Amino acid sequence: MHIVVCVKQVPDTKIIKINPKTNTLDRRSAPAILNPYDAHAVQEAVKIRNKSGGTISVLSMGPPQAVAVIKKSVEIGADQGYLISDRAFAGADTLATSYALSKALEKISKENPIDLVICGKHAIDGDTGQVGPGIARRLDIPPITNVIEVSEFNKEEKYVHIKRKQINGYEVIQSQLPCLLTVEKEINDIEYAPLPNMINAARYEPVVWSVNDLEDVDKTQLGLKGSPTIVGKMFSPPKLEGGKRIEGDADSQVEQLMEVLMERKDLFKIKAANS
Amino acid sequence: MEENQGVWVFIEVNEGKIEGVSLELLGAGRKLADKLEVPLSGVMLGEGVLPIANEVIYAGADQVYVVDHPVLKNYRTESYMKGVCTLAEKYKPEIFLYGATPNGKDLASAVATDLSTGLTADTTMLDVDVEKRLLEASRPAFGGNIMATILCKKHRPQMATVRPKVMKALETDNGRKGIIIEEELDLREEDMRTKVIKIVKDVTKKASLAEAHVIVAGGKGLGDLQGFQVIHDLADVIGASVGGTRDVVEAGWLKHEQQIGQTGETVTPKIYFAIGISGAIQHVEGMKNSELIIAINKDPNAPIFDVATYGIVGDAMEIVPKLIQQFKELSKEKGGEMSYA
Repeated sequence: MHIVVCVKQVPDTKIIKINPKTNTLDRRSAPAILNPYDAHAVQEAVKIRNKSGGTISVLSMGPPQAVAVIKKSVEIGADQGYLISDRAFAGADTLATSYALSKALEKISKENPIDLVICGKHAIDGDTGQVGPGIARRLDIPPITNVIEVSEFNKEEKYVHIKRKQINGYEVIQSQLPCLLTVEKEINDIEYAPLPNMINAARYEPVVWSVNDLEDVDKTQLGLKGSPTIVGKMFSPPKLEGGKRIEGDADSQVEQLMEVLMERKDLFKIKAANS
Repeated sequence: MEENQGVWVFIEVNEGKIEGVSLELLGAGRKLADKLEVPLSGVMLGEGVLPIANEVIYAGADQVYVVDHPVLKNYRTESYMKGVCTLAEKYKPEIFLYGATPNGKDLASAVATDLSTGLTADTTMLDVDVEKRLLEASRPAFGGNIMATILCKKHRPQMATVRPKVMKALETDNGRKGIIIEEELDLREEDMRTKVIKIVKDVTKKASLAEAHVIVAGGKGLGDLQGFQVIHDLADVIGASVGGTRDVVEAGWLKHEQQIGQTGETVTPKIYFAIGISGAIQHVEGMKNSELIIAINKDPNAPIFDVATYGIVGDAMEIVPKLIQQFKELSKEKGGEMSYA
């Protein structure tokens, strides 16, 4: 049993600042973290391994300092990690990213065949959710997105039952193994790392591959060159006009607000006062 | 690339009904197609969907490609992407739009990989550069602090997923004429590696937020979990649903499904209370089309006031309890038992 989890190092978008003059990101303004959805992906792999046995590898693409997210994954419970890092990968959009990662996965699977790939639903810096399904297509395995539960994992008969979030509710999908899952946050809670994991993580040095370590790579499909999409321009969102301010002290503001709301009183279901 | 022509919209069908976002995209796609002077086409897959193909025409399309096949009964990536890729390779559209629903995003990601083309996710603004025939797909980027316009210059079709409830559908016109094109597709159940074994409709909270008439939403400005209680109290007294910002959900004050915004639910209630919410684009994208927006915030410069119909600069901890009190007294006057609905 071999599970590979794809993880990404991202700036914490909650605190990142934008340079208002250039409309570009000030990456120094935010710490780099393991993409939160990917942490849940690693945790889910740990849950499956603890039941069914096997090995968890993590794979990331990024600058050399992205080893930090592999160490973090080891802390959560991954066994080993690979980082592909090369200038040739830089500037990749989702199509070029899924190509590079699929080449690394092909190499990993030659050493130890892969039964399951897990990704986060999306990365919080790109918010696209397109890389996971892209990898699945390139490896020719079924992608299952928006996963909220792995309800059955049958390694003998090589199938899984997956709960997949839908617009109103969920569906249960049976898929052959290997397949690729992208997980929602509600799939699990991140557990506190046990001490031995933390010690392992501190010492762990992942395998780092450059583009030349990968096999059968068409370099025109990598990085900026291999990316069909480009950012045309960045701009502040269209300013909306804004409405009326309700002025006065708190009592007067509430009174005026009530007048506005009472025009739409048909919309309220007001409870009995004594309840 | 020059041979690629026309604007396509993927028509998502669930339980025999066309999803709202697909109708919205026909509205948005109509404008793009008119500017480019090309036809607008719908692409509809499913089992037993042929009888509703007319509705795609009524919603603004010039033609509809329909694949009606038992294997397409439920959405599955492998069968739907095969159908969509086959059609796109045969007819070569220049622009192809999908709703940013779980299935629309899943499908578009797979199709973009197989067609080796560019895909922009969760678009909220669409336009075309007519001269260059370029789709300008704009979306909030980097957690929603800024907008980015994404272009795909050298690959066709130019693809984008578009957020539901952002674009406007056209009025249905039952007199509109168009062409329905039935397509055969070689699909066999035994080739499928996945199977949908159960579909469960959730009739509880999630649905209620998207369909609620009144939503009371809170942000980090309420201070802590205890402060956030006023949101629940107000919602309780007026019979509203509760939502919140990404920060609030990440702090654990609300469940994930209660998150409103770019990466959460998009809502369009009749009345939206934004309390202690600063109004980051991330959040505003999910609620700006609400009918009446009431914002309460301490900071007079908070961007939420730009989108609010009525803004109150003040302390939510002071104002909301007074508001709750007003509603409680109202119900007393009416004899304690009332529902205007």
